Amino acid sequence: MIEPLHVLTLSCIVIFITAVLVRFIRTARMPVHLRWEIYPVAHDKGFEHGGSYMENQDWRNRPQEHSQLNKLKEFLTEFLFLKALFHHNRKLWWSSFPFHFGLYIIAAFAGLLVITALSSVFNVKHGGVFLSYLVQFTGIAGAILCLFGSAGLFFRRLFDKGLKKYSPISAYFNLLLFVGISVLMLTVGFSSSGFGPMSAYIVSFLTWSAHPEMPGPSKALLILSLLVLAYIPLTHMSHFFMKWFTWDKIRWDDEPNLPGSKLEKRIQAALAYPVSWSAPHIKGDGKKSWVDVATEEIEK
Amino acid sequence: MKEIDNKNTDLKVEDFSKDSDRLLELTNDDLMPLPEPLDDKAKSEPPWKPLSDSAKEKYESDLDNTLLLNIPKPKSKEEEKKYIKQFLQGLEKLFTKENNWVFLQPFKLTMEHCTKCHTCSEACHIFQASGRAELYRPTYRTEILRRIYFKYLKPGGRFFGRWQHGDIDLNWKTVARLAELSYRCNLCRRCAQACPIGCDNGLVAREIRKLFSQELGWATKELHEKGSMQQLRVGSSTGMNPEVVKDNMDFIDEDASDITGMDIKTPWDVQGADILLIHNAGEILSWPENPAAFAVILQAAGISWTLSSEALGYDSVNYGLFYDDAMLAKVVIKHALAAKKLGVKKIVFGECGHAHKALTIIADRILTGDLNIPRESSMPLLRDIVMSGKLKLDPSRNDFPVTLHDPCNMVRMMGIVEPQREVLRKIAPRFREMTPHGVNNYCCGGGSGFAIHSGHNFVDWRMKVSGRMKMKQILEAFKGEDSSSETYKYICAPCSNCKGQFRDILEYYGLTENNGIHYGGLVELIVNAMTDVKPGFIRAWEQ
Ligand code: SF4
Ligand code: SF4
Repeated sequence: MIEPLHVLTLSCIVIFITAVLVRFIRTARMPVHLRWEIYPVAHDKGFEHGGSYMENQDWRNRPQEHSQLNKLKEFLTEFLFLKALFHHNRKLWWSSFPFHFGLYIIAAFAGLLVITALSSVFNVKHGGVFLSYLVQFTGIAGAILCLFGSAGLFFRRLFDKGLKKYSPISAYFNLLLFVGISVLMLTVGFSSSGFGPMSAYIVSFLTWSAHPEMPGPSKALLILSLLVLAYIPLTHMSHFFMKWFTWDKIRWDDEPNLPGSKLEKRIQAALAYPVSWSAPHIKGDGKKSWVDVATEEIEK
Repeated sequence: MKEIDNKNTDLKVEDFSKDSDRLLELTNDDLMPLPEPLDDKAKSEPPWKPLSDSAKEKYESDLDNTLLLNIPKPKSKEEEKKYIKQFLQGLEKLFTKENNWVFLQPFKLTMEHCTKCHTCSEACHIFQASGRAELYRPTYRTEILRRIYFKYLKPGGRFFGRWQHGDIDLNWKTVARLAELSYRCNLCRRCAQACPIGCDNGLVAREIRKLFSQELGWATKELHEKGSMQQLRVGSSTGMNPEVVKDNMDFIDEDASDITGMDIKTPWDVQGADILLIHNAGEILSWPENPAAFAVILQAAGISWTLSSEALGYDSVNYGLFYDDAMLAKVVIKHALAAKKLGVKKIVFGECGHAHKALTIIADRILTGDLNIPRESSMPLLRDIVMSGKLKLDPSRNDFPVTLHDPCNMVRMMGIVEPQREVLRKIAPRFREMTPHGVNNYCCGGGSGFAIHSGHNFVDWRMKVSGRMKMKQILEAFKGEDSSSETYKYICAPCSNCKGQFRDILEYYGLTENNGIHYGGLVELIVNAMTDVKPGFIRAWEQ
């Protein structure tokens, strides 16, 4: 018999993966854009003072010294610790950081739950106790941080005059979703059965077999989490992965267009796009290309 | 007409489309305080010049105290509807790869991923200097466009757009005000640098300007007609044709020879030279000491260089950078063609920040094939000359307080930070930094072309609001020095546009006359320290 909860689980996972992939691929396939970097650029040698390779003469003839390690370090500190917010908006960071870090821990908790379920499916005997402690710890810690952060952000948006004016209904709704998840996680985590029923449910899902009856809070937590998982990539909250584009593909994109390069070919392709801007100095008719527009003489 | 209670702070995004009077009425009391000697607003702050009645009569002026774009009032409802329709068509084009491949990716990401955290507001000098006027919040302008986009262009937007992003009405007021508001941003991108998501409100301001220019043909006269169009017609946005520019440079050579005691001769159209130097032609008219100093340095260092007398080849200005992709590309191509004609090894830009950015990095993804000639900043060249020992330098000739302004286009957007500092550390013993500086600098207030705009009462806005933070930084950098005009103090600003702003603001607040604060470029300081040159190069030109 097909379990409705299994169908919901599968659907939400599929929606999440599809939405992430669609957004990611659509953005990645956009045409090359003009250079629009902002310094400091993480992989540049002059990163410490915000410098670029253009601080040298004849840079085209010099070997480019890039540090992928520094890029990774900068990206991770931004992603994990919200470095930009820490430096430029400390007041908000005190709520935003626990919220985001709490979510990362909750993601780790979910991963650990799956590992626990897998070890049960494959009958792995070792490390079970340690794993269950880890699940318990990450679940509780993640929920506390997330609750503190999401409630903090909710109240900031409610009482800060500046933020309030820009916060649509969805901003409050989204934060309440996370408050709800955290409260449920804490309820489940501190209940006598702990996260055990969740783990048992995952086993049933992985083996596609009937799942044992779950306590109400566990079931509610499961359903809410799944719906939120599917919902996130459909909203601006997809910034958790789209940030890779805004940072790596825009802010830090200082790739020079060297003659004969692949980049040059992409630029040539973009320059051939037809233009339909209507202003008198362009008169785009949908046939003229960007090359035509750039090279045609103006009326004197 | 419904009035807003406290226009400066209580303004909401939805108010933008209301049939109200002006959305913001700044007074001197609202402005961010400045340090001494401008700390007493009652004494030091000139009154705001009101907009004239005829201007208010003729143009849409319901935004704030000033006016830049001069949009004539439509004569009928039909005309208003036509413009609204054109605006929406233009907005749609901003989201197509054919019409906007140049910025589609960063623009769309900004429109779709802002978390409305307001981190950017703390970074914006205009918002801060205005006393945090809501209208100038970096996200305010973006939010209006975002709401229109989600409500009017996205399927189901009338319901989901409102839920996800909030509401806005699109009417004539919205369109006219938005066009004008896109010219209350210096495009300095300090907000984008601070944004934790990587959204870019500076880019959005430019995209709005571009929409109006490329679809409706609306841009400021200074940027378009007198700027880019004149440059393409005559050869330079200053109106100088090739003959005039050569004549003017001859005079400059003569003056430079008199002042330095050297025989200075600017080379023209030298085939196969190593370097084609392109100045912002405004230097030749307004700050002749700058091209003169370049000539002195390059000649003394034995560099193979030339100027070009080809139309546009002697004026690096590219105002398209601030408002229009088509104009930007047209000018870029002309610059590259001038260099190709001479067969030079590379193009080097004089002290002009926006020209640096336009032709170095922006043009990098426009110029292909044999037009993709190497293009570089003059800063590393000057650093290498100064460090090479080819010039005999005596830093004691620059024994006065010097501070450095970082032009946004050259520093935050190109990462050219250290070369000019290395030079200053070597030749200016009393050099001190502003706070903050380098890539975290503040715009001079004249960025995005504002420095060439003085119509109506815009000077008041440019001095009091957009130039205010920089003024604060400058006064703080010279704190502790004798503040009288007896002590000569120098703002080193290696950018034509920034110098235009400094010229105006120092005069506006009487800071040169009363407090001895002067400004100029980097090359002037280098020549001032050269022992092969008669002493007093900078002062001689000032006289
Ligand atoms: S643009 Fe960036 S910093 Fe500004 S409100 Fe949006 S997310 Fe925050
Ligand atoms: S680009 Fe500069 S002036 Fe414009 S909103 Fe951003 S910080 Fe303010």
